[in-house]
Amino acid sequence: MSILDLVFIVTAGITILASIGVVTSKNILHSALFLVLSFLGVATIYFQLNAAFLGLVQIMIYAGAISVLIIFAIMLVMSEDINQSNLTHKKGSFIGVIVAGFFTFLVSISIVSTKFGAVFNNALENPVEDIAVMLMGDFVIAFEVAAILLLVAIVGAIIIAKGAD
Amino acid sequence: MDITLLSSEIFIAILGLLTLVLGLALPKKAKDLVGIIAVWGLIFILIEAIFSFGIEASLFNGVYMIDSYGSFFKILFIISAILVIMSAADYLVRFENRKTEFYSFMIFALLGMVIMAAANELITLYIGLELMAVSFYILTAYLLNDELSAEAGLKYLILGAVSSAILLFGISLVYAISGTTVISEIILNISLQPLLVAGIILLIAGFAFKISLIPFHMWAPDIYQGAPTPVTAFLAVASKAAAFAAMLRVFVIGLPIASFDWNFILAILAAITMIVGNLVALKQTNVKRMLAYSSIAQAGYILVGLIAFNVYGLKGVLFYSMLYVFSNIGAFAVATSVEVVAGSTDIKAFNSLGKRSPFMAAIMTVCLLSLAGIPPLAGFVGKFYLFAGVIQAGYLWLAFIGLIMSMISVYYYLNVAKAMYIGESQDVTPIIPSFSAQLALWTCLAATILIGVYPAPLTNLVQSAVTLFL
Repeated sequence: MSILDLVFIVTAGITILASIGVVTSKNILHSALFLVLSFLGVATIYFQLNAAFLGLVQIMIYAGAISVLIIFAIMLVMSEDINQSNLTHKKGSFIGVIVAGFFTFLVSISIVSTKFGAVFNNALENPVEDIAVMLMGDFVIAFEVAAILLLVAIVGAIIIAKGAD
Repeated sequence: MDITLLSSEIFIAILGLLTLVLGLALPKKAKDLVGIIAVWGLIFILIEAIFSFGIEASLFNGVYMIDSYGSFFKILFIISAILVIMSAADYLVRFENRKTEFYSFMIFALLGMVIMAAANELITLYIGLELMAVSFYILTAYLLNDELSAEAGLKYLILGAVSSAILLFGISLVYAISGTTVISEIILNISLQPLLVAGIILLIAGFAFKISLIPFHMWAPDIYQGAPTPVTAFLAVASKAAAFAAMLRVFVIGLPIASFDWNFILAILAAITMIVGNLVALKQTNVKRMLAYSSIAQAGYILVGLIAFNVYGLKGVLFYSMLYVFSNIGAFAVATSVEVVAGSTDIKAFNSLGKRSPFMAAIMTVCLLSLAGIPPLAGFVGKFYLFAGVIQAGYLWLAFIGLIMSMISVYYYLNVAKAMYIGESQDVTPIIPSFSAQLALWTCLAATILIGVYPAPLTNLVQSAVTLFL
């Protein structure tokens, strides 16, 4: 096992533990902070995959902007006891753990027993340019539709938050 | 690249933005104009789509396909959007000051469906699916004063997000094996590996949620009942057809049974769906909920065509999706009109509809009988294609289950007819829907009968649409 593998195992472990923390914390603010940690963990995995640009974007947008937004939103609307703000259903969580464990087990088995043919490890010379060309080239429809998707989400959120008159 | 190839998509996006802006800009008195613009705009786009049927082109290195198959579904989605918006005319009062945005969300959901049907690449397909789903999350919760509607919206949001995650995970596993997300190139780069099997099963689960196959159906009855009735109609018809359109492209072209024999999994899902969907529908006392379970069962019938994996079956999927639009929207349009007057869709609200509005009772009966597959209505021809295909493919038992379940379904469909013609009700004031709703109802009736009596034009259309798979 090389040092890179070790780094991967540690960061992946932190990411998974942080994600579990998001779900299990009783305090929703703690959940949000765990979410930041999980985003950072994913960012380190991007760095290890030679996708430095994606890693930076992940840190700036997800760990930076989005989580700040989430925390602000919590602060603004929170009125009850914050220690009881993210409760889970006892019975449901038990079944959930079993199902999730079984699912993870099946997918890990299928991953371990698969022989991967080609290894995609070609570091791009100029990743930002390549991503830009892809977004405005072959994937331009997905790119434009994503813009409309955001518009729909914003208008919908306003309508529902405003409530009936 | 020729930008006019994308004209329907561009026009739909423009129309959606236009209705959104007009809703804000127009003075209160003139807001009814937005609905008229939406319907005429959609009719214009429909005509444009019909005229460009048959154009074949591959855009952006195969990421987006303009072909007869995609055009067929485009026409189907636009027709159902027009019918739903027209039949919703009387219902819109309930949306208070959110009427104009209703049109925008419907049109944006339509855009998502169109992208899904034409995308030949998994990420583009996924974004289209998300656009459709997000529009529907909002539309489902659109009756803000109604607790059922709000609950349905929240449920749909949570379960929809889970199903999207599953679908996305499936896509990522398929990408890990094949190294491409372009659907038509996947088959060239894969070999049978455990990871591929996991990916295909996750894809099946993701799509099965969208078309509400049992056991992925738990969301459907509650959401169909809670959502505003026109939204339910659009959700039951068009969003299912969109998921089928995408599923056929992914599974017939990208991951055909040569890569992994997923046929048997789908056959079992279809059998359970047909059996349980129909049996549970028997007990329903609310017409909207009954139609929800019936649409679960209908998804099972349509899936049979994909399992057949031959020309007959695939033609059946397209044929049935089209007639399902008219029959189901017809039934939902009547339910909408009854709900506007009676305030509920309980089966008691349909009592003596035969006297109150003979025209609507007749349409309801014809549409339900078509869904049950009674000749000479359209549903019979569709089921004939589906089951003929699956028998040809050697799944005799599946056709057998389908036929028995169709017979059982006649019971609960006729239960509504019984309430309408024999049921007694104190209130016998006639129900007269608005002109546009009547027009939509007439269209559904005419199409349901015409397709059944003279299916040749639609058969030819479907024939040229499935050439993609031959």
